Amino acid sequence: MILYSLTFYLFSSVAVLSALMVISAKNPVHSVLFLILSFVNASGLFVLLGAEFLAMILVVVYVGAVAVLFLFVVMMLDINFVKLREGFLQYLPFGALLGIVLVIELGILFLTDRSSNIYNNQTPLQPIVSEVENTKMIGQILYTEYFYLFQICGIILLVAMIGSITLTLRDKGGVKRQNIDSQNTVDASIAIEKKKVKIGEGI
Amino acid sequence: MNYDILITGLIIVAQILAVVVPVLISVAFLVYAERKVLALIQLRRGPNIVGPFGILQSFADALKLITKENIIPSGSNKIVFILAPIITMVLSLAGWAVIPFAPGWVVSDINVGIMYLFAVSSLGVYGIIMAGWASNSQYPFLGALRSAAQMVSYEVSIGFVIITVLLCVGSLNLTKIVLAQQTVWFAIPLLPMFIIFFISALAETNRLPFDLPEDESTLVAGFFTEYSSASFVLFFLGEYASMILMSSMTVILFLGGWLPPFDVYPLNVVPGVIWFTVKIIFILFLFIWVRGTFPRYRYDQLMRLGWKVFLPFSLFWVVATSGFLVYFEMLPN
Repeated sequence: MILYSLTFYLFSSVAVLSALMVISAKNPVHSVLFLILSFVNASGLFVLLGAEFLAMILVVVYVGAVAVLFLFVVMMLDINFVKLREGFLQYLPFGALLGIVLVIELGILFLTDRSSNIYNNQTPLQPIVSEVENTKMIGQILYTEYFYLFQICGIILLVAMIGSITLTLRDKGGVKRQNIDSQNTVDASIAIEKKKVKIGEGI
Repeated sequence: MNYDILITGLIIVAQILAVVVPVLISVAFLVYAERKVLALIQLRRGPNIVGPFGILQSFADALKLITKENIIPSGSNKIVFILAPIITMVLSLAGWAVIPFAPGWVVSDINVGIMYLFAVSSLGVYGIIMAGWASNSQYPFLGALRSAAQMVSYEVSIGFVIITVLLCVGSLNLTKIVLAQQTVWFAIPLLPMFIIFFISALAETNRLPFDLPEDESTLVAGFFTEYSSASFVLFFLGEYASMILMSSMTVILFLGGWLPPFDVYPLNVVPGVIWFTVKIIFILFLFIWVRGTFPRYRYDQLMRLGWKVFLPFSLFWVVATSGFLVYFEMLPN
């Protein structure tokens, strides 16, 4: 029991601290690395909740793919650190407003009856063990009750994918492409030409 | 004082050591085996000085590398530079926590075992990217960029191959995946997927013919150009440990894990762990054989193979397999 609480506090404190470092780190690459640390700790929290499928999906999708591309882009930027600091005061009021709104919303959430009941129950932090694997449970609810929403999500992603491809696909002239089929079908009769060269004349 | 927690903790540590130590020792012998096999392919002798048949060569090399000076470039980002090889090494060992060596021989038999393995192998790219960026040097950076694009591309087809196998099993648990192959190994009905998985595993572990992140003829040594001494050893160990991890993943998904090829008398008395090891050695031999046989791919060819050949083909197989299973009502439970 005490071990679960300890791991919970470890994961959550590291997640919060690294989230803080994401916005306060001077180097953007460090920010992305802290973001990854935060993701990993969040997936640790999912494991503690007994939602192991969500935890693994979080790592595979966000850490394994999305954050890699983040890092990829941020690494290649030529960043001027002085310029990056300049807008701090300009953006401060807007950022503070966003923060205050979030804090108020969280406060309302904690004060409403539904969440305070959970809070007062003092349920010990431990994984919920059930007979059905939660992968199966998610599948059972996702492909029955929320089937249309699931399909709509798929279509939105497809549209986004096609959109980004059409935005970036440009057919520039003069690009040499390899035609593998034509390369493979080449034989000596096409590739080699025999010529009789007379001595002292050349071709 | 409650001794139960202490004893449980000690048992866990002992289990971890019982997995990690053999893995590290087998890495040493894998390096030796690779050099010997490559030597045989190229009609050379290979290492034959240290110990009988040169069998202790890897240990001598490791000792030599560790005693050398550890150079950290002055322009590098020091913390990330030191963290990168550690992350590579830790991730290549972390995957072993869920590998079942024989019935019940597993450190942690979790429900989402295959997802965990997939997640850990997809994290492997971070060690390389961090190394390339922190070195603050052109060749490592190019190696890191190549590696990022390559590993993300081939992960997609690995994901689809895993989905095909899971459709036939009905569970993400590695033990159940092995037990589902009691009648026939998945390598036979899903042969094309087995081949795609093997080739993607080569790309995922940055092995030849896909070792473009460390392409020595164009990028010096790729992402670990600036590394020396112990941090280089960590990268080296990490690469070979993840090779063994990927081949054990191949064995579990397609070659029936610890199961004997036929459930008949002389074969089924051999302990499961021996079958498992023999199969891993076979896959590792294929890794080395491929290295000795094929020339390196060009980068655009690598990307073409990943996105234009493997991705559509594995996607088609996912659809075809699920269609087949539904039509003949062979879906598990």
